[in-house]
Amino acid sequence: MSMNPTLETNETYMYQFERVKKSARMKSFIKGMLFLFPSILLFSVFVFYPMFKTIYLSFYLTDAKGSTTVFVGLENYLNMFTNPIFLQSIKNTFLFVFYTVPPTVLISLFLAILANENLRGIGLFRTIYSSTIGISVAAASVFWLYLFNPTMGLLNKFLEAFGGEPVGWLTDPAWALLSVSVTTIWMNIGFTFLILLGGLQSIDRSLYESAEVEGSGYFYKLRRITIPMLSPTLFFVITVSMINSFQTFGQIDILTQGGPANETSLIVYSIYREAFVNYQFGSASAQAVVLFILILVMTVIQFKLGERRVHYQ
Amino acid sequence: MILSTGQKLLFYVLLIISALLLAGPAIMAIVMSFMTNQDILTGSLPTKFTIENYVSAFNGFPLTEYLFNSFIVSFVIMLGQLILSSLAAYAFVFIEFKGRDLLFYLFIATMMVPFEASIIPNFHLIRDLDWIDTYSGLTIPFFATAFGTFLLRQNFKGIPKELREASQIIGMGDFKFFLTVVLPVSRTSLVTLGIYGFLTAWNMYLWPLLATTNDTVRTVQIGLKQLQTQEQLNEWGVIMAGAVIVIIPTLILLFLGQKKLQKGLTEGAVK
Repeated sequence: MSMNPTLETNETYMYQFERVKKSARMKSFIKGMLFLFPSILLFSVFVFYPMFKTIYLSFYLTDAKGSTTVFVGLENYLNMFTNPIFLQSIKNTFLFVFYTVPPTVLISLFLAILANENLRGIGLFRTIYSSTIGISVAAASVFWLYLFNPTMGLLNKFLEAFGGEPVGWLTDPAWALLSVSVTTIWMNIGFTFLILLGGLQSIDRSLYESAEVEGSGYFYKLRRITIPMLSPTLFFVITVSMINSFQTFGQIDILTQGGPANETSLIVYSIYREAFVNYQFGSASAQAVVLFILILVMTVIQFKLGERRVHYQ
Repeated sequence: MILSTGQKLLFYVLLIISALLLAGPAIMAIVMSFMTNQDILTGSLPTKFTIENYVSAFNGFPLTEYLFNSFIVSFVIMLGQLILSSLAAYAFVFIEFKGRDLLFYLFIATMMVPFEASIIPNFHLIRDLDWIDTYSGLTIPFFATAFGTFLLRQNFKGIPKELREASQIIGMGDFKFFLTVVLPVSRTSLVTLGIYGFLTAWNMYLWPLLATTNDTVRTVQIGLKQLQTQEQLNEWGVIMAGAVIVIIPTLILLFLGQKKLQKGLTEGAVK
């Protein structure tokens, strides 16, 4: 070291120490960034930039290639909220959430409670109940497209066999959204079931044992132990299912293309049509911003409310 | 819970009825895929077993190419997600540096941006990069995942800090520690994330619909839509054969990895 040892005071030691600490900190900062760099880069390019670009585009008119032409301020938003087709798609989306989320969660909860029993062969039932996770939206839609077929479909054949009138499941405005909802419920049961079953299995066995010592019945235990202990998981599946419902696209595209009379046009389908069929990227972006806000609200509720209101172990 | 024989019987009845209702549509599709078109059209029960539908599905459509594309796309997405999220999770657990918490919030923030809401600029981006009809365009946008990072971070946290300290004493660098200790110890979580990533990639619909315009890289999901819209004569047997082929790989994966998937997803959900 070039420094004269007689001049070394406490202060220079401190100075040296600080410098070493600083360079160590710098080193671990660089190391951390190197490990995170690939993710940060891709998030910036494919999540953050597109998000801001969407907000930016929503204030403009664009040409068919998507370049901005005229700044119109809030006009896209104002037009959107007077556009009966968009308003209908918002109404449909909320109805759809209402038609799909409660039944999905209730049916899955019922199945999870059944499949949580320690019975011989229960593994097979668990596999069957979770199997719709492995069925893609395209395949599921094709299955139900046949079931809903007005002349050949199994559903109308059943109705006719029992002397009923055939129903235009996907063509009758009164039925179309319900039919799409049934398909969606069926598709989503697998995932919801698996999460709920996991939640049930993580409940402490001793709670049940002590209740049994007291001679409590099945439904008492269900109401007083199972449901309260499961509440965080239930809350999670409810919010995730709602977010999924807001993002629904594939089954609409295959089953109804938004028809009849826009009865099944949900918000993502409406964005898709506006952007990639009508090439109105500005107003489509305004709709996308609405979708973003809807999902943001749901996520914030999940983070905030979820932690306070719900019982955690 | 200890059940009486009567209760057990009731449970089995409910279990079986539910299983039949739930598996019904898929069973129907499998049965129809082996039926003759005549049987399907007249609505009779299957009278004759045939594999004709599968033959026509493969001969009349580039189904093999679609399947190949789907395998490539799903495998590459799976691999990309595993690499990126394990690297990121490592930094969040083992490297302490200024701004780490801020970056962590940035990762959380990405979960609030639904892909559907940012699809327009993403499409334009891919188009301007000339990535339409390429594997890059179908896969790279999905490499970075907050869910995967959180799942692995949760797992890495269980690795004792003393292990890293000991490795530092013998002069092992971070990357070597990551490769030789962290990854092997966490293989269960990596497999879980891999299965999940492959499943979701295989089942993607909206993005492949937009990012492919011809058969060169088109995935099997979009192929199925094509098959369904192009079958003018209502050849339901052929359509169902196509649908069955689409779901077989994911169902096999699910059956093999169901337990792991359940554990992994529940940990992500409950913690």
